[in-house]
Amino acid sequence: MSIMELNGGSVVAMVGKNCVAIASDMRLGNQALTVATNFEKIFPVTERIYLGMAGLATDVATLRERFRFRVNMYTIKEEREIEPETFAHLVSSTLYERRFGPYFIEPVVAGLTSPSKGSQPFIAAADVIGCLNFAKDFVVCGTASPELFGIAEGLWEPDLEPEELFETISQTLMNAIDRDAFSGWGAVVHVITPEKVITRTLKGRMD
Amino acid sequence: MECQFALTGKGYVIIAADTTAARSIVKMKHDEDKIKALGSHLLMSYSGEPGDTVQFAEYIERNIRLHQIRYLHPLRPSSAASWIRRQLADSLRSQSPYAVNLLIGGYDVATSEPHLYWIDYLGTIAHIPFAAQGYGSYFVLSLLDRYHNPEASLEEGLDTLRRCIAEVEKRLIVALGKFKVKIVDKDGVREIEL
Repeated sequence: MSIMELNGGSVVAMVGKNCVAIASDMRLGNQALTVATNFEKIFPVTERIYLGMAGLATDVATLRERFRFRVNMYTIKEEREIEPETFAHLVSSTLYERRFGPYFIEPVVAGLTSPSKGSQPFIAAADVIGCLNFAKDFVVCGTASPELFGIAEGLWEPDLEPEELFETISQTLMNAIDRDAFSGWGAVVHVITPEKVITRTLKGRMD
Repeated sequence: MECQFALTGKGYVIIAADTTAARSIVKMKHDEDKIKALGSHLLMSYSGEPGDTVQFAEYIERNIRLHQIRYLHPLRPSSAASWIRRQLADSLRSQSPYAVNLLIGGYDVATSEPHLYWIDYLGTIAHIPFAAQGYGSYFVLSLLDRYHNPEASLEEGLDTLRRCIAEVEKRLIVALGKFKVKIVDKDGVREIEL
């Protein structure tokens, strides 16, 4: 059993028309035993950037704290908010620092560029040592990533409005985690638009 | 074969831990206290590698007390749990990691809410209404799924706890003897007889 499958969990992010969505399940397990059903894996980095992390839960918490520190330092020094692409590179370098003793997480970044840069949608994912993937459509990570890839490929289409994107990402996640034993117990979806972020909790198969 | 569980209720957290200290087939002690009071309104039960457990628990206890001496105000349960988790997470990738699992129960005097945290030796943290560590969790978690009531009175909570202990006594292959039960509520930390 791989260390990445100890706690379970999955995250997916998708691009829409002037919006992005990021969603994850809520399970925290210890192999087959479910320990918590309220384990959030997605965190706001700024108002317009959200970071999701699947993998070993202790590293999810540790990295959440490290990124919070690094982004705060960036904001203080640069006197402006960090851009999504810059943040993705920050994630990458933080992970590569531990190249030969890595953090066991796969991060997913979803956000909109600042208004001065046109509020463009942005998503990215990385592996455990920070190799970035700048997808144009969707990114997936976690124990249900094979399932997520399959469904996302089928359901995603370009230029989905925020409401449509919410439906698409929700269906993608719900059906994928239903097929994965280590993910599930509910889901949370964040849809990020230039005006606001809409967060919805989904109730699926609670098993 | 150690067993701990905890549950929250209306204005309290109950933590129960077995009192057996054993090595291989020998039960050395039957009155071991595995629940430490970290502060006026904070309890921590621990289990895991013998030696690591007490070393880590005392280290945490002293540092929480130091914080209170330095800053006058005691740490709130969420802050204490976060700090304790950080100690375990830092220890994980060190030369000799602590192999200790914890349940941290506290009463936040600022918001008058009880809080319970499950922390394992890796530094995984879960903020949940009821929790268990050890083999007992396989028996007790499903019972608590069914019978736990977050708004229960203390008496109801203790009844649920008795149910859990009865189940462990019945179905766990090792006889664990008495359980030590401690409660934290607005009046602080106290031990009770079930």
